Amino acid sequence: MKYLQLVWAALLRRKTRTLFTLLSIGAAFLLFGLLDAVRSDFARAGATVNGVNRLVTISKITFTMQLPKSLLERIRAVPGVADVTYANWFGGIYQDPKNFFPTEAVSPNFLDAYPEWRMSAEQRAAFRNTRTGAVVGARLAKQFGWKLGDRIPLQGTIFPQKDGSNTWIFDLVGIYTVDDPKLKAQENALLFNWDYFDEARQFGNGSVGWYVERVTDPARADAIAQQIDALSANSDHETKTQSEHAFQLAFVSQFGDIGLIVGAIMAAVFFTLVLLTGNTMAQAVRERIPELAILKTIGFTSGSVLGLLLAESVLLLLLGGVIGVLIAGSVATTLEAATGAVFPPIVGSAAIWARALALMLLIGLVVGALPAYRGLRLRIVDALAGR
Amino acid sequence: MAGRRNRWVSMAAWLGIWAMLLAALVLLVIVPGWLLALLLVPLALWLAGTRIGRQAWSATEVAVATIPQRLGSSSVVVVGIAGVVGVLVALLAMAAGFAATLRQSGSDDTAIVLRAGAQTELNSVLDHDTVALVSQLPMVRRTPAGQPIASGELVVVAALPKRSTGLDANVELRGVGERAWDLRPNVRVIAGRRFTPGLRELMVGKRALQQFAGVGVGSSLKLGGQDWQIVGEFASGDASESDLWGDVDVVGPAYRRGSGATSVTVRLTDASAFESFKAALATDPRIKVDVKTTRDYFNEQSAQLTTLINRLGTAIGLIMGIGAVFGALNSMYAAVAARTREIATLRAVGFRALPVIVSVMLETMLLATLGGVAGAGIAWLLFNNYTASTLGANFTQIVFAFQVTPELLWRGLKWALAIGLLGGLFPALRAARMSVAEGLREL
Repeated sequence: MKYLQLVWAALLRRKTRTLFTLLSIGAAFLLFGLLDAVRSDFARAGATVNGVNRLVTISKITFTMQLPKSLLERIRAVPGVADVTYANWFGGIYQDPKNFFPTEAVSPNFLDAYPEWRMSAEQRAAFRNTRTGAVVGARLAKQFGWKLGDRIPLQGTIFPQKDGSNTWIFDLVGIYTVDDPKLKAQENALLFNWDYFDEARQFGNGSVGWYVERVTDPARADAIAQQIDALSANSDHETKTQSEHAFQLAFVSQFGDIGLIVGAIMAAVFFTLVLLTGNTMAQAVRERIPELAILKTIGFTSGSVLGLLLAESVLLLLLGGVIGVLIAGSVATTLEAATGAVFPPIVGSAAIWARALALMLLIGLVVGALPAYRGLRLRIVDALAGR
Repeated sequence: MAGRRNRWVSMAAWLGIWAMLLAALVLLVIVPGWLLALLLVPLALWLAGTRIGRQAWSATEVAVATIPQRLGSSSVVVVGIAGVVGVLVALLAMAAGFAATLRQSGSDDTAIVLRAGAQTELNSVLDHDTVALVSQLPMVRRTPAGQPIASGELVVVAALPKRSTGLDANVELRGVGERAWDLRPNVRVIAGRRFTPGLRELMVGKRALQQFAGVGVGSSLKLGGQDWQIVGEFASGDASESDLWGDVDVVGPAYRRGSGATSVTVRLTDASAFESFKAALATDPRIKVDVKTTRDYFNEQSAQLTTLINRLGTAIGLIMGIGAVFGALNSMYAAVAARTREIATLRAVGFRALPVIVSVMLETMLLATLGGVAGAGIAWLLFNNYTASTLGANFTQIVFAFQVTPELLWRGLKWALAIGLLGGLFPALRAARMSVAEGLREL
């Protein structure tokens, strides 16, 4: 620590060069912050603590095929099932197909299965008692400027009403929030009452899209899932039950190998960065050979010269990297405000910081290694003579 | 007084440089190739024909000759720019490939009819009567035997394990009518044979076969609780290749959809018949449907994802580009510093400032071009025709190949030149402003 000033002075020796190098490093870690946030968001999809005690039952044939509602009571009777709820995908459009958000018709007890979605008791009661009531996530409400009491018209893409009309109008009676910053993206759904939906739709009446079961003991989830599937074995509506985590993971992986794409981009970025800062460090050391020789002359050991040079490159990487990740955080916030998109947290995420800092240290040591070795092997007489 | 005037002059010069730079960048990004090539002609004439131009040329020769002595910092410029261009071209090639696959699926003289409001086939339901009504309209072309070229089709989603991950992914199982072959003349059987109507037989698309396990010709698989035989493989060069095809009258009952369909696709007598076809459907009180040309239908499906990837690619390229600009600035400043004595000598023997500026700029542009060509070349080698798949509008996998088009290679090269321009100009100006006397004393 006592040599910090010395390292600092070395960095300030050529201010422009240090500044440009810092900006390059900053750009690389700005990208790292943004891409790593997106990648880990995809990798984590569904891996919530709450997800482990929920099972999802869909048709074994295909996820779009409906299941009879008569399964409800039979699933409820399976030992180990604490509660069961059900929903239908509605596929509603608000104003423009580009404004996509999930719209689902849900059973009265649906929100009880999702305790992480928080809503006041009055709003829950209002939702239960308003036939055409709907609840939305806080983010979605903010995006479209919806307030309690608003009437929200949706265009149904799958289900027309009995009279053939595609327009469904709902009364906004509740707004739910999600506290966990990692799950904030879930504040974007619109839910409405399944009973109203079933009464009003033209076809498919009495069938549900999927069941969600809460189990008392997550350790027995697999056995319970098998028991649920056994209920409809060899019928014309065989089911497939899996944990919510597995269900979402399988779905997200279908968008493509996000990890691979991000990995390839990051490899290109950091390969370039290593070369670039490595070159800067080599230059910095080459210019200072006589100075390093003087340091050795006045009693610095070869080891401490090595340490000084390594510290210099690591400090350079740390400075630029931290600035880059911080900028990534504010870029994400700006994007969220401007587009309404939901960005996973960057600056607040310990995992992203840990990966970023590890990379900074590693790259700092790698690019410092060769120049530092040169400092270590330096012979005072030759160096002072300028040979 | 003189001092203040000098400051104003240098500030004006500074502003002028920035304005020029911005204008040059904008030009670089939007100019078509032939115009840029045309600009090279006067540059070459100037270099060869005028005294000052010849000076610039020989100064450039000196600069380029000394590159091997500065291999490390020169390669930073090349590799930095190659990285930017490579990533940019690869990402844009992904968008281009996806858009092209869907664009080829559509045409102006075929139209697709869906239930009103459905947007995609997956959401749509049409009953048997609607299919018959739509098919019998006079705007629908007929075969020589007099049958309308219309296919009531049923899209359902099947889950099959992917070869790459072993995980189940959605594949589109499309039940087609017997006129589907006339409707899509680009579909040809490349192995096995067509499915037999009325039997539980399927054909697999070429791309689906590449992506999914257990669907080879001759294998049998269980779908919708029943056993199906794969009897053939087809190629079409468009999005259909990601599908499985079977007889609509067999697929429907197997998926408990009865005799209904999700869409009707028809071949019109010609493209101009679309408006009257649309009007006829809109005025018929018995049906509530939406109709689009298949070109519009498929282009709409690709628009959102393509725009997203293009924007992301450009944003990532921009951020990387900023990093590369600073890297190039560092390298070129170092190059100028390393050649201080050389440049001062040139000035001392009568070279003016402009040739020196031009020589540093040309050197940087040369390195940038190398980087751009390398980056675009690597992207082409690694990613041209690289196949990937993603979820399409029907929640099923659409397989597509990256397309590194000449237009994208050219765009990558223009980015490289823009980065070179930014990274070279300031070092070039420093080289020109250097004091000759001090430079000659430099060791």
